Amino acid sequence: MTGARARGAGATGVSGTFVGMPAFPIASAKAVGDSQLRHNLHKATHTIRGKRAAVVGEQPDWTELRAAGAAIKNRVLRHLDVYLEQLEAAVVKAGGHVHWAADAAEANRIVTALVKATGETEVVKVKSMATQEIELNEALADAGITAYETDLAELIVQLGDDRPSHILVPAIHRNRAEIREIFQRSMSEWGRPAPADLADDPPALAEAARLHLRERFLAAKVGISGANFAVAETGTLVVLESEGNGRMCLTLPETLISVVGIEKLVPTWQDLEVFMQTLPRSSTGERMNPYTSMWTGAAEGQEFHLVLLDNGRTDVLADQVGRQALRCIRCSACLNVCPVYERAGGHAYGSVYPGPIGAILTPQLRGMSSELDESLPYASTLCGACYDVCPVEINIPEVLLDLRAKVAAAGGKGHRVERLAMAGARRVLESPGLLKAGQRAAGRFRRLTPRRLPGPLAGWTDTRDIPAPPPQSFREWWERNR
Amino acid sequence: MHFNTGYRADAELLARRVGEIFTGYDAVVMPSGSCAAMVREWYPTLGVEPPSGVYELSEFLVDVLGVVDVGAYFPHTVTYHPTCHSLRSLRVGTRPEKLLSAVRGLKLLPLGGADECCGFGGTFSVKNPAVSAAMCTDKVRNVLDTGAEVLCAADNSCLMHIGGTMRRQRAGVRTMHLAQILASTEEEPA
Repeated sequence: MTGARARGAGATGVSGTFVGMPAFPIASAKAVGDSQLRHNLHKATHTIRGKRAAVVGEQPDWTELRAAGAAIKNRVLRHLDVYLEQLEAAVVKAGGHVHWAADAAEANRIVTALVKATGETEVVKVKSMATQEIELNEALADAGITAYETDLAELIVQLGDDRPSHILVPAIHRNRAEIREIFQRSMSEWGRPAPADLADDPPALAEAARLHLRERFLAAKVGISGANFAVAETGTLVVLESEGNGRMCLTLPETLISVVGIEKLVPTWQDLEVFMQTLPRSSTGERMNPYTSMWTGAAEGQEFHLVLLDNGRTDVLADQVGRQALRCIRCSACLNVCPVYERAGGHAYGSVYPGPIGAILTPQLRGMSSELDESLPYASTLCGACYDVCPVEINIPEVLLDLRAKVAAAGGKGHRVERLAMAGARRVLESPGLLKAGQRAAGRFRRLTPRRLPGPLAGWTDTRDIPAPPPQSFREWWERNR
Repeated sequence: MHFNTGYRADAELLARRVGEIFTGYDAVVMPSGSCAAMVREWYPTLGVEPPSGVYELSEFLVDVLGVVDVGAYFPHTVTYHPTCHSLRSLRVGTRPEKLLSAVRGLKLLPLGGADECCGFGGTFSVKNPAVSAAMCTDKVRNVLDTGAEVLCAADNSCLMHIGGTMRRQRAGVRTMHLAQILASTEEEPA
């Protein structure tokens, strides 16, 4: 609930946020009709899916690695208080400062004050889900501070005045022709313009982004990041990335501020060994990611601040079924295999966390306070592909089912009629007499099977025929032939 | 349906009743991967002890009876949709394909994107009809690409969804349950 309040407060009057989005069925229906989006998503998800399958398939101990990853994260969650204090002590000992933020508003206040204290009005950012979640860029903008995203995909989203639609590749909904157009239109407003004859091939686009960003890296006095992992025993933070922009932002600025969710901990360096194998393979489909930066406290001549973020996480931890979502290492493998995500796209989930993991994480972090959040647990066919690929064994279908039970019990919009229908169906199914009579009637009047159903059931007959009931039910056949 | 939509009290009542009726048998054979997965995997979540000896049809034939060739005759081209819960919950693997391959006259054609969900998902199909239909369109495209006369699966819910879509599209492909094909003979063709 704190998360929901903070989002609302932080986002007032700011574009580029997810506040006020329609429920999933409406947003996804719109996405399904967008041919360019469908094409981009199909191509991108299937490409990453194939790469992941290849590098996971060659790992002989994948099952053990998954189990180990889940066990390590479970241990962290069980003793979170101990590990957090251990981390804090280690970071302070290494010359860093540690701040605790209960919600998004508090985290934004802390970071804004830290940036203001430096006297700077510009910051460079490493791609970070935690800062997206708290809408830090918008909060900084309200305070007159410009945040520059330096990850290529985040840059595309920022220049396009757009929203991220994927955890790992936030501009997955864009193709290279669209990216070229965004660069040509908007780069000049933010800094070095794109060349007039910019081509839409990947090397040319990357070079334009490289030149544009290089000026930022060299001028920046303040860097802001998240972290993939925080090692409790030494206070070391870890960032995995592909482009080298993270390395630049983490090392060049005089002040580094890292906003890290409290669930990002691992107890020891040895535990990292597991995730260093599973994360790159699950996310980008690589055996190893190009850049891994690790730092402990403040480097010489550098000021380092760690902001530990709760923002609903302890509420999730209190839920015995839902807490497994906190094991998530943000790899996106579940998005890339999800048939619903592939067709609905990331924006329909109304959160920086889309796809299957978003469908269980967003409602829990925000507290299911909106129609959108209540629709997310139903944004799945429960096909189980997400659970199969999860490198920390999050049983996403199990959490979805648990959240659905909570939504149904709360009896929100549309669920009162549904409750009656479900109770009616249950009475028929548990009574042999009623079921038999119903089946017989359906068989006798099979020619009267309607072509169109009324109300919510029209969703079926809009695109599908109703099966004609058989002239004789199995029950009748059994009675005659056994 | 009740459990998957969030109505656990109704689901529990039905589960208890199923438990009462089907307890005390050597084997309970379910011609639906989804139903078998519900009983074996999820009844404990409802606090209901699942009846012992619950098998999905292909598991029962191959593992318990040790039969692959059931003596069926079905002279048609068939493609097989493995269905999500058979595939990822029960892990029935290639048992259904083995059974089909042993049917005399039957030519089994491989289905592209076979492991992808057809988009049914119970009430998902009416709660999110646009995404559901989009998923089924791709499934039907894969089915048509095989050129098969018959789409076979071991779950009537998926068949109702894909079949309903194909009938609406006048696709001219018949949907049949695995049991129907295995029961087909020269004397009594399905």
